[in-house]
Amino acid sequence: MDDILLKIQDLRIEGRQGKTWFTIVDGINLELRKGEVLGLIGESGAGKSTLGLAAMGYSRDGTRIAGGSINFDGTDLLSLTEAGRRDLRGRRIAYVAQSAAACFNPAHRLIDQFTEAPVQIHGLEDKATSEKHARELYDQMHLPDPDGIGLRYSHQVSGGQLQRAMTAMAMSCKPDLIIFDEPTTALDVTTQIEVLTAIREVVRKFNTAAIYITHDLAVVAQMADRIKVLLQGQEVEEAPTEEMLAAPKEDYTKSLWAVRSFRSEPKPKPGQDDVPVVRVENVTAEYRPGEPVVKDLSFDIHHGRTVAVVGESGSGKSTAAKVMTGLLPPVEGRLLLDGNELPPSLANRTKDHLREVQMIYQMADTALNPKQTIRRIIGRPIQFYLGLQGKQLEERIRDLLDAIELEPDTYIDRLPSELSGGQKQRIGIARALAAEPRCIICDEVTSALDQLVAEGILRLLKRLQDKRGLSYMFITHDLATVQAIADDVVVMQKGRVVEQGPKEDMFQPPHHPYTDTLLRSVPQMEPDWLTRTLQKREEA
Amino acid sequence: MHPLLKMILQRIALGLFTLFAISLVVFLAVELLPGDLAEQILGQSATPETVAAFRAELGLNMPAHVRYLDWLVGIVQGDFGRSLANNREIAELISVRLGNTLFLACYAAAIAVPLSISLGLLAALLRGGIFDRVINIVTLSSVSFPEYFVAYILLLFLSVRMSMFPSIADFGSEASLLEMMYRTFLPALTLVLVVTAHMMRMTRTAIVNLLAQPYIEMARLKGASPARIIVRHALPNALAPIINVVALNLAYLITGVVIVEVVFVYPGLGQLMVDSVASRDIPVVQATCLVFAGVYILLNLVADILSIATNPRLLHGR
Amino acid sequence: MKIGVLKDAPKTAILGLVIILIYAVLGIFAGQIAPHGETEIVGMEFEQWGGEFLLGTDNLGRDMLSRLIYGARNSVGIALATTALAFSIGSVLGLLAATLGGWVDQFLSRFVDMLIAIPALLFALLLLTIFGTGIVNMIGVIAVLEMTRVFRLTRAVAMNVVVMDYVQAARLRGEGLWWQIRAEILPNIAAPLVAEFGLRFCFVFLAVSALSFLGLGIQPPTADWGSMVRANAALITFGDITPLLPAAAIAVLTISINFVVDWVLHCASGLKD
Repeated sequence: MDDILLKIQDLRIEGRQGKTWFTIVDGINLELRKGEVLGLIGESGAGKSTLGLAAMGYSRDGTRIAGGSINFDGTDLLSLTEAGRRDLRGRRIAYVAQSAAACFNPAHRLIDQFTEAPVQIHGLEDKATSEKHARELYDQMHLPDPDGIGLRYSHQVSGGQLQRAMTAMAMSCKPDLIIFDEPTTALDVTTQIEVLTAIREVVRKFNTAAIYITHDLAVVAQMADRIKVLLQGQEVEEAPTEEMLAAPKEDYTKSLWAVRSFRSEPKPKPGQDDVPVVRVENVTAEYRPGEPVVKDLSFDIHHGRTVAVVGESGSGKSTAAKVMTGLLPPVEGRLLLDGNELPPSLANRTKDHLREVQMIYQMADTALNPKQTIRRIIGRPIQFYLGLQGKQLEERIRDLLDAIELEPDTYIDRLPSELSGGQKQRIGIARALAAEPRCIICDEVTSALDQLVAEGILRLLKRLQDKRGLSYMFITHDLATVQAIADDVVVMQKGRVVEQGPKEDMFQPPHHPYTDTLLRSVPQMEPDWLTRTLQKREEA
Repeated sequence: MHPLLKMILQRIALGLFTLFAISLVVFLAVELLPGDLAEQILGQSATPETVAAFRAELGLNMPAHVRYLDWLVGIVQGDFGRSLANNREIAELISVRLGNTLFLACYAAAIAVPLSISLGLLAALLRGGIFDRVINIVTLSSVSFPEYFVAYILLLFLSVRMSMFPSIADFGSEASLLEMMYRTFLPALTLVLVVTAHMMRMTRTAIVNLLAQPYIEMARLKGASPARIIVRHALPNALAPIINVVALNLAYLITGVVIVEVVFVYPGLGQLMVDSVASRDIPVVQATCLVFAGVYILLNLVADILSIATNPRLLHGR
Repeated sequence: MKIGVLKDAPKTAILGLVIILIYAVLGIFAGQIAPHGETEIVGMEFEQWGGEFLLGTDNLGRDMLSRLIYGARNSVGIALATTALAFSIGSVLGLLAATLGGWVDQFLSRFVDMLIAIPALLFALLLLTIFGTGIVNMIGVIAVLEMTRVFRLTRAVAMNVVVMDYVQAARLRGEGLWWQIRAEILPNIAAPLVAEFGLRFCFVFLAVSALSFLGLGIQPPTADWGSMVRANAALITFGDITPLLPAAAIAVLTISINFVVDWVLHCASGLKD
């Protein structure tokens, strides 16, 4: 077959940890035809980014290509000199990374970074031609003010626009192949849909081949012609997109596909006279006087129920958590705990107040002190709030480890660095449980985790809730998570509540227009979802 | 530009305030002396009458705040008072010495700054290689040397043993620029050696710290060469720390030359200050301290403003 | 565990550790090791090397080698005391500023900003003019000046830890200030603080020796490396390297410490990955 652009055979890549080398990518084969889009999917540690970079003949510091061959359009990349590979990069193979804000050099204008590859590095055309080309591409990417946006610096442009500008930059030399490495992962759903549309349009228009790396199945379904599933550096299976979605063969793939099906059963609604565990009443909070971040926020958290607070970045949902913990006393409104007023400031709350409301954090890495053992991390709140010592303390710690499904003997003396991401998050849950609280604030607790691991955490939280009668305030940006775990939903936008109610009602029309946009922007697993959504938008 | 201007004005105001605070400290410190200046100078054997007369002459009978204001107003007009040791105008004493010190500092800076920045960039480019490692050990050593050690080694070899340069860096007022540069070569070289190491090391660090940034990887993936990555992508973002280190070392060149001046018997401001401290000529010490502090603050101010001006986030608002 | 760590250390760091150890032994057992007394006049002025006096005699006819050995006790001891003082003030204030934040932080930071804006050596000279030269005054003055740098570093590294969720978790739990600092913050900033102690010591050591060299620090007849250089400087014009020996002693110790600090910092940054 003549039209094969990229052919990778038996590729092995190793990474260094101290003085030993371990395998990251293990015997991968890959073929890509001109103009074809291949989706690479897998959880963290699957080696998909490493593989993507290897397609450019590039390996990061601390990694090395240990074997196999990478053939790009008839050239063996591994036998080329470094200068030879540099000549291909940017010119024939380009790269689009996850965080555009970090990938644009803050010291140069966007358009100067666009023209750098074609003009200064590869000498393909003069600056004026390249700038004209840039403005055309900005226009095709639906960037506002295509003539002026290139004159800006990266900090002056929003995340979604930057991501499109970076895709434009990758197109600057009209490459044959672009590697997209999670280009929309850091974006809000409503922004993601615009970026996906723009990327798909240009890639089709210039008939550019692409490797699209992501952990999000629904996204890759919109973009790719074929999908390859990776697990710990090895290939699980590969098939055309439709086939892969309809009938995955391997168990691992099936489990990935099933992740989104977890749903909690509806619970009976609380009675009118039930006193909520926590009541938030007309709360307004601000960091700087006169600039409220949360405005007139009210909701109840009832015994044994989960209230999901949903919103995109800047909606004020994390600030709401800060108000509840007492870190940010509200300027107006009040908080009630079991019907009694809760002092607004942390300093004025009693030990019992503090014990009743606990918190679990998004990043388990920063939530656990790296210098303390699990015994100490979980033991401290037990000691502090309940005053248990010695044998009783030890027993309680072990009970909690059992409750979070970690074997006590194995884990009790470990440091957080010796745990996986999901295990760390479980320790975070145990620490909150140790205080025997009534209500737990969960701040994006699953967003940093892989989907399978996240589902495990959600199921655990659900079980603990049923067993211990806990109430959760669940802060998230992800509607799938809301569907999985919430009983009540509060939708926030720009510091205000736009809509709230029981989950059963919230996912049924009619919606508030913002809720509607939010719901419609969540990618679905059907391959033509993006196309249909865009059509609907055109009609509207 | 508006918020930028505001920031710069704020820095200038802060600098002026610091200078004012230092003048207050310098003045009040003398007030803390046991007894007063007159007793200090005349010693214990003086009769109460002579002390009283001397007090009147120095104006010590006035309350402290009046004397402070007098002193401050005098300084603003360029009048620093008179030396106790030789009764000469302090302003006159200082101006010649300051000129000499500035000459030596500029001489050293003109060599050291370009040298250390280019060496720093080179070390960052060739990091991990032999050149980088040798440079690392050399600079680590040279920051560890007392200045007089470097000075005496140069003196011993280049002057005493090889007789290439004069050991005493004194020149008449008639000397030509070339003559001056020749006579002050050893002290200038000492200073260059002392500051180059630090500036170079920090330049290298500032650059290397940036190399893990995603935009550097992006530049690599666009096919940019290593040199281009250092100069075009890392350097513009490392300017602020580099400027600060350069300023710190320039300030050091001016205020820290004391020892070099002593070793080479160079008639600079530092030498004057040390002599005055030894002879307890307090008005001169106060004056030199204030002049040094002024120069130091000015340098830091310039560095501050420059590093603000090289930050695109501040330069181009949202 | 310590030995395991040492095995991976670069040669420069091991060399540094050995040299530091030798200095420590010389300093502690100076009285037993030195052939002659510290201030004892044992011969003619400026005697040659070799013979009875291995490194000759100084400008007053005291044994150079003995004074060098006693210098290890005096110069290093005083610098160590000064660093310890500077470090305790600076790190405690820095931790308080970072943990408490708010006006405490503002006040301490502005105060330190102002102290730092005054060139250190000059400020030391001014204060020494006023309070008189002497060991106690010098220790106090240099400690206050160096404290500012320790404060800044401690505050900066502690700030990085204070923003961590686990510190917030401790605060939300209702833990007191002391617990937050001792259990949550301190263990996570220990490595940079140890390195900073080494670096500060070098600066203090050089500053003390500079003042002594200028005749404003440690006063005769105490054996001190800085003043020994000055007292015997005349020999250099005759091509004799004896006066450089004490200066070299200073240089060798500071280099050794720098090598060790470099390694500690490298380890600390390596652990983060």
